[in-house]
Amino acid sequence: MTTPRTLFEKVWDTHQVVAEKADAPAVLYIDLHLVHEVTSPQAFDELRRRELRVRRPDRTLATLDHSTPTLPAAADGTRPYVTPQAEAQVRTLESNCAAFGVELHGWDSDARGIVHVIGPELGATQPGMTIVCGDSHTATHGAFGALAFGIGTTEVGHVLATQCLLQRKPKTFAIHVDNALPADVSAKDLVLHVIATIGVGGGTGHVLEFRGPAIEALSMEERMTVCNMAIEAGARAGMIAPDQTTFDWLKNRPRAPQGDAWNRAVAHWQTLKSDDGARYDREVRIDAATVCPTVTYGTHPGMAAAMDAPVPAAANAQEARALEYMQVRAGKAMAGMPVDVVFVGSCTNSRLPDLRAAAEVLRGRSVAEGVRMLVVPGSESVRRAAEAEGLHEVFTAAGAEWRVPGCSMCIAMNGDLAQPGQLVVSTSNRNFEGRQGKGARTVLASPATAAASAVAGRIADPRTLMNEEQAA
Amino acid sequence: MKPLTRIRSRTAVLAHANIDTDRIIPARFLTTTERTGLGRHAFEDWRYRADGSDDPDFELNRPEARGCRILVAGRNFGCGSSREHAPWALLDFGIQAVLSSEIADIFRSNALKNGLLAVVVSEAEHRWLLDHPGVELSIDVAGSFIELPDGGRFAFELDGFARHCLLQGVDQLGFIRQHADAIDAYEQRVEQAA
Ligand code: SF4
Repeated sequence: MTTPRTLFEKVWDTHQVVAEKADAPAVLYIDLHLVHEVTSPQAFDELRRRELRVRRPDRTLATLDHSTPTLPAAADGTRPYVTPQAEAQVRTLESNCAAFGVELHGWDSDARGIVHVIGPELGATQPGMTIVCGDSHTATHGAFGALAFGIGTTEVGHVLATQCLLQRKPKTFAIHVDNALPADVSAKDLVLHVIATIGVGGGTGHVLEFRGPAIEALSMEERMTVCNMAIEAGARAGMIAPDQTTFDWLKNRPRAPQGDAWNRAVAHWQTLKSDDGARYDREVRIDAATVCPTVTYGTHPGMAAAMDAPVPAAANAQEARALEYMQVRAGKAMAGMPVDVVFVGSCTNSRLPDLRAAAEVLRGRSVAEGVRMLVVPGSESVRRAAEAEGLHEVFTAAGAEWRVPGCSMCIAMNGDLAQPGQLVVSTSNRNFEGRQGKGARTVLASPATAAASAVAGRIADPRTLMNEEQAA
Repeated sequence: MKPLTRIRSRTAVLAHANIDTDRIIPARFLTTTERTGLGRHAFEDWRYRADGSDDPDFELNRPEARGCRILVAGRNFGCGSSREHAPWALLDFGIQAVLSSEIADIFRSNALKNGLLAVVVSEAEHRWLLDHPGVELSIDVAGSFIELPDGGRFAFELDGFARHCLLQGVDQLGFIRQHADAIDAYEQRVEQAA
């Protein structure tokens, strides 16, 4: 009998070109390499310096998202880049892709968008693959049962040139999520709760596997939200075993296998789950039924709590400093805190169901006076789908800004940012000091919470907002 | 990469836990297409006052921290993103080694690939180092230990391959390319199976 293996081990084992040894890491084959403008220019330069080609352009996919403006182009085609350097970076990727024969979803593509949104949309992301990108939220693709992780620019160069990476085998960490999420509590609330439970460095050196009934009940978009934030617990990657939900979602996507190849692929994908009795290096159990709308109160994603619960007292000097930076008082709940900016977007929460959740709250209501709200779809195809449903009209009628796809205020390097001291309720993944602009204070939340907070002008529970009005 | 065998320097201490990559190099400086020149923006939002002058309260701006090449940082240093701009900025700023009780995975891997020594020490040793800013240390890469002024030593773990690469200045891309035959064979095997 073969030893029971985890999902991670199955994917790892089949991708070792050269097995790991005591004195050398494994040479790991990479099935899909996603590329964007920020972490690739120095890697392409390295290829040039060594006179190398891209080994597998067919396994490489590029897009523009980080430095790109989210306001539309002017009539003459010029785009409102934040700086000439940002524009130069975008042009560098365009010319590198042309020179090296890499498929780029640039301005003229109807599939352009945030790298972790378009990979799955195109069906390029598939179960059992190894996927890398010079961006830590590559973990998103683990929602499909892929081993997906972020790499640095030097490694981007390695993968471009060799389609391989040198890797030490990480440890495994099972997050069992029992029971079911309460109605109107989202996957974002769940993952914030998980990170608060295991800690911001709790996953370091590990690949997380999210499993259990609450995970199986999630849609693909929700699974992506969960895996996206695995890195925020310090993990290399997050994974969820593929199942019928996964296969249904992928079927007929442009890059998904078709016909007979599809059937063969599904037969293989069905084997990609942890065997009974497989051992993990660590395990934790979470009860989904206890999760409430959750927000962060500090300056890393582990400082998160139910919005109605009192903010815990600072456990050390750093936490005290974080509370001071956030202008948050221990013992008081986050609900009710005045809000300046609301951002719905990022690879965590910019897919169609996320926008629907925000729109449902905003329909027939308006963004509170003095609050600025930005809604940035994750991709051109999300944008089209949202507009076909009229969601953009719901947003604009409520007083929110409806933008073109990109990372926008998630990383705030394209000019979309908050002013010092402003409080941003954001559906993105990081609340580090200054992440959304120098001195800006970020509160991470779900799309529904973000929208409810925009309406209330204060951090608000979407359930209360909707119920109160129903009662009235 | 140049071979790296020993680093000798006084330490500068940044005791904050969870210093993330946005702290080390804020995103607005990532539009560069170069590896160099980021040192002047390292820790930008802590380092400068609104008028652009040095903030004297920032630990690394203190006279005794100037020129230090070893940074002792709080727990979970380098958490956050895969941006290699973080180790590039530190190196360009003059830092050659970072010591902490916990260092984020991707940051550590990126750092070592650029010849920035990222070293994890025990909690107790970490405490001691945090409490003794400015101590003169000598880090021996081959022996994987830190030598204290009194001759005491803190041993640390360094992956054998990473150590070999640092000591020899190994070109990792060249190393992978030595396995070109295995990569070809792997691709053939996979394509046949499909
Ligand atoms: S949306 Fe944010 S986390 Fe996602 S790829 Fe863009 S910058 Fe990275």
